[in-house]
This record gives sequence, C-alpha cells and structure tokens, in this order.
Amino acid sequence: MNAPIDYLLHLADNALILGQRNAEWCGHGHILEEDIALANNSLDLIGQARMLYQRAAELQGGDATEDTLAYFRDVPDFRNYTLCELPHMPLMSATAQGDRDFAITIVRNFLYSSLMVLVWDQLQNSKDVQLAAIAAKSLKEVRYHLRHSRDWLVRMGDGTTESHDRAQIAVDQLLSYTQEFWTNSPQEASALSNGTGIDMASLQTDWNQIVDAALQESTLQRPAAGGFVTTGKQGIHSEHLGFVLAEMQSLARAHPQATW
Amino acid sequence: MYTQSFSVPDGSEEAKSSGLKAVTKALSPQDAALQAQFDARIDADGRIEPREWMPEAYRKTLVRQISQHAHSEIVGMLPEANWISRAPSLKRKAILIAKVQDEGGHGLYLYSAAETLGTSRDQMLDGLHTGKAKYSSIFNYPTLNWADVGVVGWLVDGAAIMNQVPLCRCSYGPYARAMVRVCKEESFHQRQGFEALLVMMQGTAEQKAMVQDAVNRWWWKCLAMFGPPDADSPNSAQGMRWGIKRISNDDLRQKFVDATVPQAKVMGVTLPDPDLKWNEARQQHDYGQIDWDEFWATVNGNGPCNKERLGARVKAWNDGAWVREAAMAHAKKQQQRQMKEAA
Repeated sequence: MNAPIDYLLHLADNALILGQRNAEWCGHGHILEEDIALANNSLDLIGQARMLYQRAAELQGGDATEDTLAYFRDVPDFRNYTLCELPHMPLMSATAQGDRDFAITIVRNFLYSSLMVLVWDQLQNSKDVQLAAIAAKSLKEVRYHLRHSRDWLVRMGDGTTESHDRAQIAVDQLLSYTQEFWTNSPQEASALSNGTGIDMASLQTDWNQIVDAALQESTLQRPAAGGFVTTGKQGIHSEHLGFVLAEMQSLARAHPQATW
Repeated sequence: MYTQSFSVPDGSEEAKSSGLKAVTKALSPQDAALQAQFDARIDADGRIEPREWMPEAYRKTLVRQISQHAHSEIVGMLPEANWISRAPSLKRKAILIAKVQDEGGHGLYLYSAAETLGTSRDQMLDGLHTGKAKYSSIFNYPTLNWADVGVVGWLVDGAAIMNQVPLCRCSYGPYARAMVRVCKEESFHQRQGFEALLVMMQGTAEQKAMVQDAVNRWWWKCLAMFGPPDADSPNSAQGMRWGIKRISNDDLRQKFVDATVPQAKVMGVTLPDPDLKWNEARQQHDYGQIDWDEFWATVNGNGPCNKERLGARVKAWNDGAWVREAAMAHAKKQQQRQMKEAA
C-alpha cells in the first residue's frame, strides 16, 4: 500500500522547514554545546525530510527527486505546519527585525517533538512499509529532540524571572499554532482511509499529557485555547514561509540545469 | 578545524613576553632536577601529562596555542554556516551541517585539552571576546559563492591537516590525543570538499566559474595559514625544542603545495600563481611570493571580516547570557531540592 504523495510531503515539509530554522542557530548559540545540539537536531530533521521526499518522488515518478520537491515547489505547494516556519523571535511581521530568542526555538521544538513522538510511534504500523520504516528511524531521533527541548523548557521556566517570562511568552504565542495539529486535512484523511496514515485526533489526549506535565514542571501556565487556527498543511501559510523558501531555494533555482 | 602552524602572541601577553625580558632567575636545585627530567622526556619523544611538572613558558605557550586553535574551530563555523540555508541540494546541506557540527565538537575537545593546563573555558572565551586572543586568520575571509564551501573543505582543511598531523605527535599528551581525533574527522571533510568541487567542475559553465573564482580567492590565504617564512619565525626553534612543533612552516607549506598541485590538475582548476612550476632539481614546486603585509593586517584585526566574525561571537555570547543564567539558577534549585529531600 502506498501513502498519498501529499501526505508524505506534509511530513517531509515539516521536517525540512523546521530543520532549516534550527540550522539558523549554527554559530550563534549561547554556548557551544547548544550550537552542536541544534545543528544535530537540524541534521536529523533534514535526514527525515530526505527519506520522505525520496519516497514521495518514487511514487510521483518522472523526473521527481528529493531536490525537485524541496527546491522547485512554491509556498502554496508546501504542506508544513505553520508552526515550523515561524522565525526565532516573538511574533512579528516577516519584514520586521528581531533578535533570535532561544525560548521561541525551544518551545517550538518542544511542541513539535511532543507531537512527533506520538505520530512516528503510530506510523511504525503504517501500511506503507517504507513509511513505517522511516517512522521507526525518526522515532529514535525525535525522542532525543523531545528530551533536549523539554529539559530546556524546564530550565527556562524554573530558572530566573527573565527566563520564566520569556518561556511564558513563547508558550502563550506558539500554543495557538498547535491547533492546526488537530484539524483535518484532505491528505491526512486519504492517508487514514487507506491505512497508511493515522487518526490525528486520537493523539490529542496523550499530547496534552506530555505538554501539561512539562509545563507544570516548568512552573509555566497553559494559556486558554483559541485564536486563529493556522492552515499551513493545506498550503495557506504565514508571511514567513516565502522568505524561508526564497533563501533556501535561491541557488538551486538560479542554476536549474545544475547537479551538485 | 584549523590552526595556524604557529602560535601568534596574544595582545595581553605580548608586552610581557617580547618586551623587556626579565632577568632569568637561577633555578633552584629542585627545579633544575625537574627541568632536567622534563628535557629528558622531550628528548626521548615521551609525552607530558597534565599533573606533571612543566616549565611555565611551556604551559603558557600551550595554553595560547590550544586556545587559539579552539577559537579557530568556533569562529570557523561562521563562514561555512553562512551557506547552510542556501545549500543547493539536500545532500550538500546535510554534509555541511554535519561538518559544522563536527567543528563545534573539535572546539570542545580543544577547550578541554587547554583546561588541563589550568585555564578555564570562560577565561579563554573572555580573551576571544575582548579581542586579546587570536584565531586563525583564514576565517576573516568571506564565503561569497557556494564553491567557497567546497574550497574551504579542500584547501583550508587540507592546509589544516598538514598542520595538524604532526601535532598528533606533540609532546603534550592531551593536545596530541585531541589532534588524533580531529584529524580523522577532518580528512573526511577534506575529501567531501574535494568531491563537491569535482562534481561542480563536471557541471555547467557557471558552476565551473564559481569553483575557479573560489580557488582564486582562497589559494594565497591558505598558503599563508602555515605562518611566516622560517627566517622570520623566531619562536619556531623553541617550539621545536619543546616537541610542540615538528616540521617548519616552510616545509609544511612546500608539502601542501606539492600535494595540492596534482589535485588541482585532476579537478581541472588553475592555481592563481604564474610562478608556480615544477622544479626538477629540487623535486618540488617553486611558487610565488605571499603577501605578508596583507596576512599580518588580517591577523591584527584588519581583514575583510574580522569585525563581523568577532561581532557575531560577542553578540551570541551576550544575547545568550539569560539562557546560561537560567541553566545555572535551575541547577541550583535542583540541588537545593535534593539537599532538602536528603535532610
């Protein structure tokens, strides 16, 4: 059984865009160990994206490769969660300038990896055996990402007043972006119906437990749910993704005939 | 990644070490015995370990050289990281991230090795951030096109490996052992850099032009990485006597030129030196004059990217202060809770 291509792209785009974001810390972390940790996290995500794009390209056939899928699709074709594309700073317009804020980075990584430990665990049983194999490998990596981001969430929340406040702002601003996890998209519906995908709604209770336990240990408050529900996985993104792709794809698109 | 093959005096020490020389104190009989033991160990090609006696000047020189080497690893992450977001394929992106991650790891080994000599990472970083401590001049040059990433792997890492392989036999044990680990990873990066360029040289005209442009800009800077000519390198003799330096700057540079010329031929690029040619009598290549004024200007802070590189490091350190404080505060709270539980 083959997973729907759009569904594979959704999983791949999440990993690629978040991997791209985490690599932006390279050389700019607060301590060398964290430059290494975030590069490591990024490398794992890029690796996951590559496996998923390769599977999608195989199913798509023709001239498709992991690189045509990463470098030659535009914003509306990307299926990543909006959460993954946000910059490392408190929310502001894409053209506004801000400093990298480690709290935003960590809270985002925490929210995403809390979800993906559950998603990859279930996808190990996907009827798409290749996707199941990718899930088994990715699960090991995302457990590590969750440990890393959760540890830092606790350190920041239960650290100084400043770190607590910054972590709380990050939680307040980013949590509404997770509502997108629980909305249904056509690609998820078709993956579920042919046995290659999973029922996202069934993960919500477990995800809430992971998040609430970590917030409690961090002495952080969970804001009330609500606000705008983002739609990145349906191809309708924030203003930020255009800039991510413009940078990421610039060289590949300037030399479309080239191999690297 | 890379060290200059010589240790450049840091700002703070220069006055003391090269200014008015203090009258050398006569060694006490006890110190004379220790010095004799130390000399004998060096002569026998033995290793000096952290807890052992060593001359104060040996300790200082090593702290300076190893910390400069460590700083070079972390400042060296910046020019390559400049291209991570724009790497033209996912494979190259993954290779580049892995490489920069390795460099961070090399920095950690080296800071640890330097700490065995009685300094601390905070002290060393303070030296870097205040501009007192140096790092390799090569990282003050910009990466302007994608081929620069490959050229940094091929030529810069290639020069670094030439420098570092002899350091695997350095007399100070912790440094020598760090170099063994670093060299293993480094030679892998060097081959990957070469391969990336080879693929580009088989590609479009624009790709070939990128490679040639990058080689033109980096070649002379890489030759300068080996340090000033032997005739102008007065500290080398002491480094040799101490078993820190094994091969002279000029000899290493010659080895690098001789190894690189055939690689350039295979790749199909020219090296930007009209005087470069095989000398049948010497069985080595002759090559042209290095611009040492430009080299020293860069070492002394006036290269194209010195201010940007240091600015980025200082900003990362200052902006990250609250995160480090949070980690310390949390660790303290945890400790207090554990003590309370134990009581």
